[in-house]
Amino acid sequence: MPIDYTANLHLLTPEFVLTALAFLVFTVDLFLPESRKEWLAGLSVVSLVAVMVVAILMRPSGSVELYGGLIVVDSFGLFFKIFFLAIGVGIIALSVEYGRDRFEYRGEFYGLLLFSILGMNLMAMSRELLTAYIALELLSFSLYVMVAYGLREARSNEAGIKYIIIGALSSAIMLYGLSNIYAALGTTFFAGIAEELMLPGTVSPVLWVGVALLVVGLGFKLSAVPFHMWAPDAYEGAPLPVTAYLAIGSKAAAFALTLRLFAEAIVPAVDRWDEWQLVIAVLAAITMLLGNLVALAQRNLKRLMAYSSIGHVGYALSGVAVLGSDFALAAKSVVFYLVVYAVTNLVVFAGVTAYYNRTGQDNIADLAGLADRQPFVAATIAIGLFSLAGLPIFAGFTAKFYLFAAVADGGFLWLAGVAIFASLISLYYYLQVLRQMYIERPANPDHAADEHGSPEDHGEVHGHGDHEEAPVAPMPRPSLLLTATMGAGLLVVVWLGIYPAPLLGLIDAASAAIVPLG
Amino acid sequence: MGNFDQVSLLLLVLVPLAGAALAMFLPKDRPRDAWQFAIFVAVVCFVLSVIVFLRYDYGAGGVQMVRAYDWIGHPVNITLHFGLNGIGAPLVLLNGIVLLGAVLISQTITRRTRDFFVLLLALGAGVFGVFVVRDLFFLFFFYELAVLPMYLLIGVWGSSTDFGSFLRTKEYGAMKLMLMLVAGSILIWVGILALYVASSQAGDPTFNIDKLAALQQSGAVSRLTQMWVFPFFALGFGVLAGLWPFHTWSPDGHVAAPTGVSMLHAGVLMKLGAFGIIQVGMILAPQGAEVWMPVLIGLGTVNVIYGAISALSQNDLKYVIGYSSVSHMGYVLMGIATLHPVGLAGAVLQMFSHGIMTALMFAMVGAIYERAHIRDSMILNGLIKRMGTTTFFFAIAGLASLGLPGLSGFIAEFMVFTGAFRTYLPLAVLGVIGAAITAVYILRLLARSFFGEGDPQWDHLTDASPVEKGVGAAFVLILIAVGVWPAPLLRVINTGVESALAAF
Repeated sequence: MPIDYTANLHLLTPEFVLTALAFLVFTVDLFLPESRKEWLAGLSVVSLVAVMVVAILMRPSGSVELYGGLIVVDSFGLFFKIFFLAIGVGIIALSVEYGRDRFEYRGEFYGLLLFSILGMNLMAMSRELLTAYIALELLSFSLYVMVAYGLREARSNEAGIKYIIIGALSSAIMLYGLSNIYAALGTTFFAGIAEELMLPGTVSPVLWVGVALLVVGLGFKLSAVPFHMWAPDAYEGAPLPVTAYLAIGSKAAAFALTLRLFAEAIVPAVDRWDEWQLVIAVLAAITMLLGNLVALAQRNLKRLMAYSSIGHVGYALSGVAVLGSDFALAAKSVVFYLVVYAVTNLVVFAGVTAYYNRTGQDNIADLAGLADRQPFVAATIAIGLFSLAGLPIFAGFTAKFYLFAAVADGGFLWLAGVAIFASLISLYYYLQVLRQMYIERPANPDHAADEHGSPEDHGEVHGHGDHEEAPVAPMPRPSLLLTATMGAGLLVVVWLGIYPAPLLGLIDAASAAIVPLG
Repeated sequence: MGNFDQVSLLLLVLVPLAGAALAMFLPKDRPRDAWQFAIFVAVVCFVLSVIVFLRYDYGAGGVQMVRAYDWIGHPVNITLHFGLNGIGAPLVLLNGIVLLGAVLISQTITRRTRDFFVLLLALGAGVFGVFVVRDLFFLFFFYELAVLPMYLLIGVWGSSTDFGSFLRTKEYGAMKLMLMLVAGSILIWVGILALYVASSQAGDPTFNIDKLAALQQSGAVSRLTQMWVFPFFALGFGVLAGLWPFHTWSPDGHVAAPTGVSMLHAGVLMKLGAFGIIQVGMILAPQGAEVWMPVLIGLGTVNVIYGAISALSQNDLKYVIGYSSVSHMGYVLMGIATLHPVGLAGAVLQMFSHGIMTALMFAMVGAIYERAHIRDSMILNGLIKRMGTTTFFFAIAGLASLGLPGLSGFIAEFMVFTGAFRTYLPLAVLGVIGAAITAVYILRLLARSFFGEGDPQWDHLTDASPVEKGVGAAFVLILIAVGVWPAPLLRVINTGVESALAAF
């Protein structure tokens, strides 16, 4: 049967619009004077919102395939599209003030961001390995440039080089894995792989190698241990908004791809082939343990967030490991976790960016006394970290409970136990940040002596009195845009923590689209 | 009142939570306003808790004032399910009383006052929540909510203790408390998930306590699961209840905390642990409980003796009370572990009685420390001369703690021992010895620091402020009232005990 490659092409309108707008941003950038580059941020936000509206308006009922099944437009893809576009808006909000002082080519930054979002959208819609690979590369290439965007910062450039080398390596590994899968099964379509796997005797060593290399490649993108070593350097060196984007966007997109890949290619044959579950479970366990343990030793906030995000990837991976048992519950809990993780991280990074823009510092110890200098920024970071640690009434608690319940229900109670233990470890380093902000005083040469000095001082202090008058260097207020971002993010974090039902309803509809039939 | 019963438990949680949220918007630099606002919220909570306690129909028993709200539906089925039983009712009352007392006493907090009360009210909401929900998800939710503010409450407003050769900083106390309690909640969380998995395998996934209990009775939760789940709950909740050898956070944490927080923490928060062992461990894994109870009563007895001996060797007033709390929580654990109606009722009554008396002691020690800036019982002396009322209140609390007849502690401990004598005679004897040691350290403390000749250096001390006197007097009255007429509490407790022991 000849395939009609133009059928339903109109369903890709959001992606076409996004591409056009990205080029528009690049073009407008050429004509804007340096002082007006902020307009491009506005233009990009408008573009993202417009694409969101288009995507929602043009959604088909049910799943519709394009290009002969390379790409599918369904509610799963739509959900992630909206999610990615919203992340894009958040990252732009973080970038405006930061970029004013620290980016050389601000205009192109927004264009690159739009292209990377295009890549993420396609990752969530691909139904074929090579298409997914190309989408992933579109995202990666944009990110390589963005990581190195701090032009006069050696740290940023070094991070960019490390990231591109490791990224290219992982792409090569992944591509080789894909070729092995094709050699073993003769197809690269997700559905085709599932069909082949369901036949007896197809699980060969070549397939194992292929899938293993594919997992390695995805592991690099997800920064799962032991493929995580690029992450801390890239996170530390990248400009802060890009660090946030790495932590939130690229992870969410890689998980969207992973979820669809497992749901459509591998889970349907779970009755014949289920050893992968244990492999993923072990990968998840070491990822969450190592990420959180190494985070304990960090002094730099961005590195801390890098290891913390590695830990969170471990939690989400544990949900992937149980996709084979109760698929709906597992998929739902992973997606919910990703959304909560993204919002919470955005809140933390908004707070850190607000601090960095005013002080240029990003070490944990630099935060000392922040609660007295800028209470709202301190409270924002604190609530974000509490949520990441999984404490109520914040979204992180609900998401973790839900996810770990799904993992336990899927037959991996031990993995849930490890995950809960890893959360305890993470609480310690999150509390260290809190301690700097709320308990320690700023390292002020005049007061350093009486603060860490004589013990009789401590014996007397009763939480008030002597230290009350110690002057604290005031910090200028954060910009209005960042304040608004923090406020909105906090509201969502609390809202998802106490009333997640509406979002879970949406996720239910989204994950229903990829429920395996087998 | 019928309509009120529908929402009373929800209000108990919402009022302090909303109070905490509203307090965030108070002006930052007006500590007195924040204090008065917190008093207002605490009074409302207190009135609500009294009404809820009185509305609990002990004749009917069981779970009352039930109201369920859907929260997350299929497939995990979490409901915000409120309901109060005879064990929760007196503890709700206790929290109402102690929360109000703690807020009043916190008049002395002048630094970042607003933030302090935001956290304190959130803590209060968490404690109320644990006592009144019937869903394990929310029980755990509120349990963590009660633990969460402690780090900042101690770390920011606490005080460090100088032992001469080394320093116990407030940061140390706060971090130790937080990590140990959250480590305990790992076990609780895993236990909850295990029960959920059992219910899921039985075809009806749920976190609802009543449904899980019914499931257990129908035999759907295997004996093996119960066998390993119960120690998870007993240890997990036990950490918060001060179970030996996981009690070490408690003296350090209590001492480092500011007075109001010590009151709430020793007074109510530790009871969450004991409550959890009954409400979750015993009711949902009775077969495991039966097997493990001898171990628990052994550990409880160690608690009693070890806590008392440690208190004996402390000079710091707050450390004495801190270790005395460990010792007294031992009676609670012993009472629970007897699985005997009298012993268990005694344990619950002891929770109430100890909550009031330990809060009173911390309040009075706080008042002394506020004025003398020292808590060393070897240096303080003759306090009665200048701080007569404080001394009087402290003495009453001390006498209640050593089990003087006519005060609440006596009845509670007597009941615990009665239960223990019928089940584990040798351990009961050890428990009584523990009570004797309590008498030694309390009386010695009273003689050394409060009575006798006063050093002139303490002549500048002033007696308790009117607020402190008011709180002290109210708490003393409660100790006496429960001591001479415990029936109103006991008849409610007994209905709860009956249903808790129904599965055995």
